[in-house]
Amino acid sequence: MSDHKTMTLTLIVWRQKGPNAPGKFETYTAKGITEHHSFLEMLDVVNEDLIKSGKEPIVFDHDCREGICGMCSQVINGVPHGGQERTTVCQLHMRKFKDGDTIYIEPWRAKAFPIHKDLVVDRSAYDTIIQAGGYTSCHTGGVPDGNAVLIPKPDADYAMDAAECIGCGACAAACPNSSAMLFTSAKVAQLAALPQGKAEAAERVKNMLETMQECGFGNCSNHYECQAACPKGVNVKFIAKLNREYLKSLAS
Amino acid sequence: MILDGKCPTGPIEKTWDKHRFDLKLVNPANKRKYTVIMVGTGLAGGAAAASLGELGYNVMAFCYQDSPRRAHSIAAQGGINAAKNYPNDGDSIYRLFYDTIKGGDFRAREADVWRLAQVSNNIIDQCVAQGVPFARDYSGYLDNRSFGGAQVSRTFYARGQTGQQLLLGAYSALSRQIKAGTVKMYNRREMLDLVVVDGVAKGITCRNLITGEIESYAADAVCLATGGYVNVFYLSTNAMGCSVTANWKAYKKGAFFANPCYTQIHPTCIPQAGDYQSKLTLMSESLRNDGRCWVPKKKEDLGKHPSEIPDEDRDYYLERKYPSFGNLAPRDIASRAAKEQCDDGRGVGPGGRGVYLDFSDSIKRLGESTIRERYGNLFEMYEKITDENGYKRPMRMYPAPHYSMGGLWVDYNLQSNIPGLFVLGEANFSVHGANRLGASALMQGLADGYFVIPYTIGGYLATVKPGTVTTANPEFKKSVEDVNGYANKLLSINGKKTVAEFMRELGGLMWENCGMARSKESLETNLKKIPALREEFWKNVKVTGTGAELNQDLENAGRTADFLEFGELLCRDAHHREESCGGHFRVEHQYEDGEAMRDDANFCYVGAWEYKGDGKEPELHKEPLKFENVHLAVRSYK
Repeated sequence: MSDHKTMTLTLIVWRQKGPNAPGKFETYTAKGITEHHSFLEMLDVVNEDLIKSGKEPIVFDHDCREGICGMCSQVINGVPHGGQERTTVCQLHMRKFKDGDTIYIEPWRAKAFPIHKDLVVDRSAYDTIIQAGGYTSCHTGGVPDGNAVLIPKPDADYAMDAAECIGCGACAAACPNSSAMLFTSAKVAQLAALPQGKAEAAERVKNMLETMQECGFGNCSNHYECQAACPKGVNVKFIAKLNREYLKSLAS
Repeated sequence: MILDGKCPTGPIEKTWDKHRFDLKLVNPANKRKYTVIMVGTGLAGGAAAASLGELGYNVMAFCYQDSPRRAHSIAAQGGINAAKNYPNDGDSIYRLFYDTIKGGDFRAREADVWRLAQVSNNIIDQCVAQGVPFARDYSGYLDNRSFGGAQVSRTFYARGQTGQQLLLGAYSALSRQIKAGTVKMYNRREMLDLVVVDGVAKGITCRNLITGEIESYAADAVCLATGGYVNVFYLSTNAMGCSVTANWKAYKKGAFFANPCYTQIHPTCIPQAGDYQSKLTLMSESLRNDGRCWVPKKKEDLGKHPSEIPDEDRDYYLERKYPSFGNLAPRDIASRAAKEQCDDGRGVGPGGRGVYLDFSDSIKRLGESTIRERYGNLFEMYEKITDENGYKRPMRMYPAPHYSMGGLWVDYNLQSNIPGLFVLGEANFSVHGANRLGASALMQGLADGYFVIPYTIGGYLATVKPGTVTTANPEFKKSVEDVNGYANKLLSINGKKTVAEFMRELGGLMWENCGMARSKESLETNLKKIPALREEFWKNVKVTGTGAELNQDLENAGRTADFLEFGELLCRDAHHREESCGGHFRVEHQYEDGEAMRDDANFCYVGAWEYKGDGKEPELHKEPLKFENVHLAVRSYK
């Protein structure tokens, strides 16, 4: 913490006025950055400078800044969330960069995620996939006691591993096919592993998969880029689980 | 005016059941004729929108994020309380009720807290049915852990991300209703005005954050589930978009703001590292199940590596001061104790603003793998931010603004003083008194959303004719003009200081003079400086871009303008409350040992402020608090 050295970095940032406007890269300099700045705090510094000089700041999505809301979404040097294992952009810190580095910053790129402005994209397709069946159809009230159905710890842990997904979209942004299979499978696998989710498992997997394709996402061809980019470490084994659930649903 | 909370009377354990029976009903065929607006889709708003949609009402739900799944409820880490008594350790609805009243330092309504404790058990069942993967033990039963201010283990959890899992549960229920067509979801909308027609809440005006368009929506009732306001301190554990704006606009339309001075400073957050910092990160209270808080006894040990300081030279100050609750003392008390050690010159880390949270004893006792299983993601987060390994070296912690107990005033039905305006979750003031216990925010949000509002809103709607007001009403036109005018004013100033500079300055004043310790003098300083800062803001702020586009600078400017007004009200409330209670600590009012000194003879009331116009002093209304089941007592955790 006693380190007061600062860095100067060159940023090459995608700027785009609106969904139909042409975009281009612009170059900015980030000065006075310490290793303790988070990546977004570094962008805050650049934006303050831009505002003071009467220019429009770089627009980017962010909210909780603690790696859980899934709002932040930037491709840094070609890698969604910047390439530090299990880390969102907001939790990436500047100690991972060196003085004098040049950093490329781009939005998620996928047909199903149209650009609103600069680094902000429309991810409502992920909501649409969940709406197609990413739930148990229980009513508010009138449900049994929480301990009425025992859930073996390994099953509960497996469901929790899948449920870690924050819906940020990095998996689709990283995939050469822009597939949302990791996202979709995480919800399918979570609910299929639990007794509460079994009743609707067949319908769920069919509907969610169909909706994923209708939204414009591609299919999975086992590149595993999604798992590498996932800030929560969601595992591709859930895609295998989805495929098994899908085959079962065809037989049912 | 003496406010009436309209609490049911009679034996406390029958109040909610009796009230539910007394409430009027809307028959299923008529429900679809009513429209309800829900602003905010966190635990309270998401759960409420889903439940009301399922009942058959037409719901329009709004959130400022790009998806309802991102509300800041998602960041809650540790857990959710319920009086299930699964561990057989002496818990009951009555004990949860009692702990919450006492934890809130006797500044909450008994009937509201009873209801919360009563429905807490239903919440766990509901979440399990949704597929929330709560922690289980090897037998397959639900697991529990302990939280501050309780001597029983009643907290249910999903690793260190319970809020995320509960929110995704509510989001899944909401998604089901969106698919069913009962809820229409409006993402990326920020509410900028409440529309009141003939004294009754009938709609909202909001900004479409993508296009910049100002839009109005009319309904038969409006619910605000818009969260808390501790971003008034600039640095807090809240998300960047959390603001007082929706609540403040409702206040300016006549809704009373209750107990704004009750703010929670959470004891265990990662200390601030520099001026550039944009937010503070919380480390869950659950860590205090296994971590021990200490500072060096001797100032000369401050420079040493913590492992070089032997046990006898460490001051485990919480265990020393509060032996019966130890490291699980409630938040207000633990925060003040940390500040006390640092003020005494024994704080660790940069600027002496930190205490150690040490896991070495637990690691010795349980093994690193057990600690990793319980809190792995928190240790990971700590390391990402500080570059230090919490398994090898004690974490450094310092208190930070985290939660607001105050909020818009509501009666027992969660209805504000404006008919047709309901307020849910953190946005209202109702159950936490002057201090919230850990793992109770999730409980309240979901209680309000799943199990309270679906009943109480019916009682109101049954008395009004549906669809009487549309956006063609002149009040809506005026509202849109006002909101447009306000944005244009912000954009036209073109001064020299950025929005962030003003917000940092306001936050500094609030933290310095109205933070963990408040005095008459410090508050009077703020009551002078905040209006001056506000005046400067309206002359010298620089907001770039236009109103007709995605403009985050304009969004932040609007939120900051509201905080600049609200901060003054918060200080005014703190100034008037000449006592110490819970999170509100007035240095003039303390016992010799430094504990908070309440004044029940003069301040045992809810203080609700009424807006009287710009530049005019707001008027204070009081709702006396009656304690018939819990005896008012000095709160002790010793």
